[in-house]
Amino acid sequence: MSSTEPPHASPQSRRTALDALHRSLGATMTDFAGWDMPLRYGSERDEHLAVRTRAGLFDLSHMGEITVTGPGAAALLNYALVGNIASVGVGRARYTMICRADGGILDDLIVYRLGETEYMVVANASNAQVVLDAITERAAGFDAEVRDDRDNYALIAVQGPESPGILKSLTDSDLDGLKYYAGLPGTVAGVPALIARTGYTGEDGFELFVAPGDAEKLWQALTDAGADAGLVPCGLSCRDTLRLEAGMPLYGHELTTDLTPFDAGLGRVVKFEKEGDFVGREALLAAAERAGQNPPRVLVGLVAEGRRVPRAGYPVVAAGEVIGEVTSGAPSPTLGKPIAMAYVDAAHAAPGSAGVGVDIRGSHEPYEVVALPFYKRQK
Amino acid sequence: MSNPQQLRYSKEHEWLSAAEDGVATVGITEFAANALGDVVYAQLPEAGTTVTAGETCGELESTKSVSDLYSPVSGEVTEFNQDVVDDPSLVNSEPFTGGWLFKVRVTEEPADLLSAAEYAEFSGN
Repeated sequence: MSSTEPPHASPQSRRTALDALHRSLGATMTDFAGWDMPLRYGSERDEHLAVRTRAGLFDLSHMGEITVTGPGAAALLNYALVGNIASVGVGRARYTMICRADGGILDDLIVYRLGETEYMVVANASNAQVVLDAITERAAGFDAEVRDDRDNYALIAVQGPESPGILKSLTDSDLDGLKYYAGLPGTVAGVPALIARTGYTGEDGFELFVAPGDAEKLWQALTDAGADAGLVPCGLSCRDTLRLEAGMPLYGHELTTDLTPFDAGLGRVVKFEKEGDFVGREALLAAAERAGQNPPRVLVGLVAEGRRVPRAGYPVVAAGEVIGEVTSGAPSPTLGKPIAMAYVDAAHAAPGSAGVGVDIRGSHEPYEVVALPFYKRQK
Repeated sequence: MSNPQQLRYSKEHEWLSAAEDGVATVGITEFAANALGDVVYAQLPEAGTTVTAGETCGELESTKSVSDLYSPVSGEVTEFNQDVVDDPSLVNSEPFTGGWLFKVRVTEEPADLLSAAEYAEFSGN
């Protein structure tokens, strides 16, 4: 037996503040963007289903935090990013992107407005340095300071329908008043934390930014508080299947520098109407027009009729012709079938398009084209 | 993890039972099953297929990856495990028993199969 993608952990990888704890829990570790991260603790399928039905606990300390402060912070972020960041209220968060001058996506981000003149930008681990460099370079002429805070935060997420109840038992903060995509400073289990109602699983949940020295205490308190509700530690493997079912893009798969937000079906994050110029504006106007008139390829969902699993890079085919490419694929624990996201030619992108398949190592397996997401939680 | 004493092992992490009437059973080890993660699809060689030691004869697919399945011996497949095709998680839950993969009438056996102790040292388990 030989695996095409063996789980491995490189000795050079960076370790999070929770590393010893993961090892004591028997986690299978993997290198992810230069970090040694838990891939899974036991069965990734069980971890996935725990998040869908109860609650899961994640170490996401590899994510990259960048703080932007000063009287010109809002203007800088409006210039550096494609969203209207100045319009985000204090205590709220926004999903946005940072693009190159040619419109290519450098990363997708969540920006939290912590105060009138203070923002925290959270980048993907693999792009954190690129994002930091780009914002720093774009800050010239703005009355704002850009600070690398990657080493100053550990990030713990508690996700799933039981997560509000679990967190409530550990904090006096008003969680009922904390809406989706909001964040407020508070205290959890005696630990100062930025409590954000965000996530990457398609479930209700929270992300807690804390000092690395407090991470173990917080993890332990959440583990104890969640025991009766069925909370389990969860690795990056189930995080990937959870976000895939929820139709959420992953940088390096659905999003790359070769694509604009419009190519990825996420043109809504680009706010042309905001005040002032921003990096990529010209190119993105052209991309918006192109996408409106004659979209080359469209991001769709695929659901397998059989059991073989499509993987990133596999060709999508129709009538013997290649009509697209899989960007992410996995067995879906919720649907009980393999699913994938893929860019396909617009002519084959409508849900129910006939005769679409995926070339799985030479054999054309039938797939149904569906609208994203595959899974939407009941609210 | 304990690797049953009565089995022999390949460096590709397959196990092989002692042959009964010339027919041996093949599976993957617990070490390999743990490394794969949840197995979700098994493509196993059909009865009558000729397999060659060290060559691929099927595949096992887990959440994260696809792995080729190698035959530890040469011979003719007599049967594959339909239970594993129906419920691939058997490979994870019972790798050495109910999660067996196929049976083969052995014609030739490589000289470098490992004992349980040798495999434990080889795999670090």
